[in-house]
Amino acid sequence: MSTMTTKSGRTVSVGAIIWNVLKYVILVFFSLVAVVPIITCVITAFKSKEEYQATSVMTLPKSFLNFDNFVTAFTTANMGRAFINSVIVMICVLLVSMIIGTQLAYVLDRFKFPGNGLIRSMFLIASLLPAVAMQVTVFNIMSFFGFVNNLYGYIIMSCGTDVISIYIYIQFMENISNSLDESAIVDGASYWTIYWKIILPLLRPAIVTSCILKGVGVYNEYYAAQLYLQRKEIRTMAISLYTFVGPMGSQYNLICAGVIISLLPALIVFILCQKQIYSGITAGAVKG
Amino acid sequence: MTTAVKEKKPFNFSKWIRSRKGQQVLICVGFTIIPLLLLLIFTYVPFGKMVQFSFYRMKYTTPVDKRQFVGLRNYSDVFSRSDCFGALKLSLYYIAGALIQLVLALFLATILSFKVKGGNIFKGFMFFPYLISGIAIGFIFKFFYTRGFVFDTILSWCGFNPDSLPYWLKDTRINNWSLVATSVWRYMGQMMVLFIGAIMSVDAELYEAADLDGANKLQQFKHIILPSIKTIVTLNIILSITGSLSAFEPPFVITNGGNGTGTYFVIMNRIAHTSQKVGLACAMAVVLLVIILVCAGLQQLFFKYVFRDAESEDESYSAKRARLKAEKVAQKAQKGGN
Repeated sequence: MSTMTTKSGRTVSVGAIIWNVLKYVILVFFSLVAVVPIITCVITAFKSKEEYQATSVMTLPKSFLNFDNFVTAFTTANMGRAFINSVIVMICVLLVSMIIGTQLAYVLDRFKFPGNGLIRSMFLIASLLPAVAMQVTVFNIMSFFGFVNNLYGYIIMSCGTDVISIYIYIQFMENISNSLDESAIVDGASYWTIYWKIILPLLRPAIVTSCILKGVGVYNEYYAAQLYLQRKEIRTMAISLYTFVGPMGSQYNLICAGVIISLLPALIVFILCQKQIYSGITAGAVKG
Repeated sequence: MTTAVKEKKPFNFSKWIRSRKGQQVLICVGFTIIPLLLLLIFTYVPFGKMVQFSFYRMKYTTPVDKRQFVGLRNYSDVFSRSDCFGALKLSLYYIAGALIQLVLALFLATILSFKVKGGNIFKGFMFFPYLISGIAIGFIFKFFYTRGFVFDTILSWCGFNPDSLPYWLKDTRINNWSLVATSVWRYMGQMMVLFIGAIMSVDAELYEAADLDGANKLQQFKHIILPSIKTIVTLNIILSITGSLSAFEPPFVITNGGNGTGTYFVIMNRIAHTSQKVGLACAMAVVLLVIILVCAGLQQLFFKYVFRDAESEDESYSAKRARLKAEKVAQKAQKGGN
C-alpha cells in the first residue's frame, strides 16, 4: 500500500497528503491492537459479578469506582506478600549481578591472563542455550542444593544464569580509556581502588541499562518461578496470578483485576523511565 | 591461576602478594571466581548432566545406582515418537510469525523515525506489551479469545457472523496462528524500538540531503535506511529462527499445549516435570541445543563472509557508502523529475 501512495506523490501532492493520513491510520490501528486486549481487561475488572455475567465484554462498567474486584484479587492471591517477594528478589539479583558483572568485565578487559579468551567464549556459548531446556537439569542441581521452594535459592540461580549484562559491561569497558587506570597506578592506587573509584562510577550508564533489562526479566520471570517457588508465601508477583488458575478459572472479573494489579508496577516504571528503557533495549540487543 | 600462586611460594610469598604482579593475580582470581563458579554450577554442570542423563532411563528421584543405562534409545525415541519430533514442525508457525513481526516492526519503525505527531505515544502503546509477564499475557489472551468474548465481539462489529467464527484456541486449523499472534503482539514493539534505535543512529544529514534532492520516502528507505540497518535485521532474522525453535511461553500459559499446540519445549517440559521421563527430556534438550548451536555457528560464518566490511570498525566507511548511495538516489530522483 505504501508503494502506491509514495509512487504517485513525489513532492507535496495528493499522494503526500494521502500518505500522511494513512500513516496515522496505520499507527492508530496498531496502537489499538496493542492496547485493546489490556483495555478490555480494565473494563472487566471494574464489573461486579452480576454485571459481568449479564453484559457483553465490551460494554463499559456501571462505575469505574468499583474497586471490589481489586481488593478481592489482592487478598486472595496474597499480592502484597508477592510484591514484597518480587522486590526482594529483584534487589538482590540486581545488586549481585551488578557487582560480579562489573568486576568480571573489569578483569577480562584490563588483564591478559591465560584463560581470558576461554572465559569469554564460555559466557558466549552460555548465552546461546535456551533457559527452558537448561531447566531440565538445573532442576536437578537445585534439588541437590535444597534450593527448590527457597527464595534465596531462586535468587542465587537467577544471578547465576545472567549472561547478557556481562556482555553489556564488557562492551562498555572497551570504551573506557586505559590511560585513566595507568595514571592511577602511577599514583600508587591499588587495583581495587581503580575498580571502585574509577571504573564503577564510569560504568554507571551500563549499570542502568543492564539493571533495566535484568529488572524487567526478573520481575516477569514466569517459568523458572513456577518451577521453584511453589509454596504460597514465597510466590513472586509474576506467579501470584497462579492462584486463579484452579477454582476461579472462569471468574474473569477477578482475574482481570489481578492481571491489572500485577502489571501496574511495570506500567509506572515504564512511564517514569521510558527513555532509559528504550536505550536499554537497544543497547542490550547489539551484543550479537 | 591458583597454580601460579603455589609455584611462587618458595619465594617470599607475603612479599610477592604485595607486589604489582601478585596484586594482579589476586584481583584476577578474586573477581572471576564467583561469576565463574555460578556459570559452572548453573550452566555447564547442568549441561554435562543433561548429556549424561540422556543415555539413561530415570526419574528425578531415582537414586544413582537404580538408573538404567539405555544407550541411544532416548535419542531414537525423540525422532520416532510423534509428539516429540512432530512438535518441531510447529516451529514453522513461529518462524512465519517472527518474519511477519520483523516486517511489521521495520515498517512501523520507519514511519515512527520520521516526524510524526504523538510518535512517542504510539511507540509507548506498541512497546508496552513487552513489559507484561507471561502468565498475565496468558490470562489476557484466554479472555481475549474465549468464545463470544473480546475478539469475537470486535469481529462481529466488523460485520462477521459470530456463529461462523472458529474457536480460536480449540480449532486445530487456527489455534496455532492465534498463539503466534500473541507472541507477535508481545515482542513486535520491542523489535520496533530496536529498529528505531538503529535507524536513528543514521546521520540525519543524509535524510535532509535526500529530501532536498527530492528522493521520496520509499527511496530513502531503500537506499539510506535499509543499508545502514542491514546487519541488525539479518541478526534478528537468524535470532528469530532459533527463537522459534524454542517457542515456549504462549502455548505454555494459554493452552498448556492442548489441542495440538504443544511446541517442542512444551512437550519437553511435560515429559520432564509431569511424566518424569528425565532421560528422554534430556535427549530432547540435547537435540535442540545441537540444532541451535549449529545455527549459531552458521550465523558466525555468515557474518564473517557477508559483512566483512561492515564488521570492520571503520564506521566512516559504511557511512560514506550510505552517503554515496543517497547521492545516487537523489540523482535518480532528479532525472525522474526532469
